[in-house]
Amino acid sequence: MADATALLVLWPVLIPIATAALTAALWKSPVAQRRVGLASLALLLVASLALVWAVIDEGVIAKQFGAWAAPFGISFVADPLSAAMIAISGILAFAVGIFALSDIKERHERAGFHPLFHGLLAGVNGAFLTGDIFNLYVWFEVMLITTLGLLVVQRGRAQIDGALKYAAMNLFGTILFLIAVALLYGATGTLNMADLARILPQMEMSPGLTASALLFLAAFGIKAGVFPLFFWLPASYHTAPIAIAALFAGLLTKVGVYAAFRVFTLMFEMEGGALREIVAVVAALTMITGVFGAAIQWNVRRILSFHIISQIGYMLMGLAIATPVAIAGAVFYIVHHIIVKANLFLLAGAIKHAAGTDDLRKAGGLLKSHPWLAVLFLIPALSLAGIPPLSGFWAKFLVIDASLRVEAWWLAAVALGVGALTLFSMSKIWMEAFWKKPVLVRATPRTVPVAFVVPIALLGAVTLTIGLFADPFVEYARTATAMLVDPTDYIAAVFPGEAPVRTVEYPAATQGAIE
Amino acid sequence: MTLVYAITIAAYVGCGLYMMLSRHVVRMILGLTLLTNGAIFLIFFSGRIGSSMPPVIPQGSDALSADAANALPQALVLTAIVIGFALTAFAIALALKAYRSLGTLDVREMKAAEALGAPDAPSSSQTVTNHG
Repeated sequence: MADATALLVLWPVLIPIATAALTAALWKSPVAQRRVGLASLALLLVASLALVWAVIDEGVIAKQFGAWAAPFGISFVADPLSAAMIAISGILAFAVGIFALSDIKERHERAGFHPLFHGLLAGVNGAFLTGDIFNLYVWFEVMLITTLGLLVVQRGRAQIDGALKYAAMNLFGTILFLIAVALLYGATGTLNMADLARILPQMEMSPGLTASALLFLAAFGIKAGVFPLFFWLPASYHTAPIAIAALFAGLLTKVGVYAAFRVFTLMFEMEGGALREIVAVVAALTMITGVFGAAIQWNVRRILSFHIISQIGYMLMGLAIATPVAIAGAVFYIVHHIIVKANLFLLAGAIKHAAGTDDLRKAGGLLKSHPWLAVLFLIPALSLAGIPPLSGFWAKFLVIDASLRVEAWWLAAVALGVGALTLFSMSKIWMEAFWKKPVLVRATPRTVPVAFVVPIALLGAVTLTIGLFADPFVEYARTATAMLVDPTDYIAAVFPGEAPVRTVEYPAATQGAIE
Repeated sequence: MTLVYAITIAAYVGCGLYMMLSRHVVRMILGLTLLTNGAIFLIFFSGRIGSSMPPVIPQGSDALSADAANALPQALVLTAIVIGFALTAFAIALALKAYRSLGTLDVREMKAAEALGAPDAPSSSQTVTNHG
């Protein structure tokens, strides 16, 4: 493997980290930060797409830090799933970066918006790429601290309150993650995910390992916002400025879902214990509580916050069914959802700007004053509800089809019912904000800035592309799933030129830990 | 000895969990630090406490001697301590800011985020008089 290809794995993390440092150094000049930030996001987008290209071309790419051979050094691994997540976050970050040009005020920038924004991207991309479970914990913490910073760049009462609630639950979650890592290390003596993928299937599920698996599930569950651990999400997301909320909505919970997929396909088996039943019930309850939570809300951002939760349920459903078809469906679902959900948040910002409020009871008449905004709203809204031929239809179709194949009727019924209720929420926003006669008639219509429309149109175009040309994306999701279900390629990339079973001699330090 | 370690960790985690259940933000943060310390001990003991010989390769040899200490848990613990410290510092700063702007550290009284755009209240962020 050429060295340049292996380096591709590092760029998606190096670019945001360097930008975070650079923008922090340019603290005094928000204009310079803005320019550097946007250039870096464009660069990140190119690097992310190049990584996907390389992964499609060459299969799994691994890079060992400091040339320390695995499992001693920290590995970065890009398999098709991580590459897809990197690419989709690259697109999203670019779109949100453009949106932020108009949405983020100078006082937010003076409070450190740019360094935190890029720091968050570094954390997210690091979590997608790392091949080391402790390193994953470190990236989770990078994400957590930058998220907390972003929540309070606007220092209002509601923001402080929201950040505190976010902090309490998520700090607790990362401690659970740390405890799970400690138990896993105690039982196996290694932290490298590829190494764990070779060792764990041969091990008996001891009480320590079972506890570790359940703690991982709880920790990622808190991060992903699943029932009953989601309460931090609707308590905080609606308080952040729109651009920040859109980035959170698109990426943060999905990192939790991604981590769960990684750990419960590569390392632990879903078959063991009652894990599968637990995840299935949690998935169903997540869908239901999320969608009903949204139904009573009148604030656009609050409606959308609750819908994040209900959509997470669909992804977990794929993990619970755990057949290759279901996992492929869930992978497709994650990719589709990141774009659609962030786009809806951006649209909430546009609605708020156009109507002067994000309370649906006071909004109205936007169809007449901003007809193109209405069209742009329909794309992600109908996609979220799963109307063909948009991307959400294929995503829901794949997951529900998989549940019918294993005859999980109740799960399929819940998923379909929640889809209908999602349509109810989306049509509520449509009816109230766009269709209804305006409550307050304005003399001069408020224009929506170009920097709002461009990213919304861009993400809408991505949604349409995934929906209309679904086949290559589904095919890609299948390839990614094949590598998740059978980690031979993943292990081979991390341990080049080694037999699948551990035969190398280990120095005493690690040996002592295993015995 | 393992039992003593186990009881120590259990005590840390137990106290931490109990404190985290408190409605008072400062107690919650104290609970969080206790929990972090419990997790750190757990990592440390997961690496097995055995030899205390420094894991340095002696001159002229190209491998560690068999009874060298396990260095990995120490590296992990160091990372976890630094992260825990930073997050605790942030949490305390956040609590201080919350006390200054919300005027309370009792989470039952903290409703500013809840009131923002609540379905049963006008969407003014200053209204905190709902939900009984």
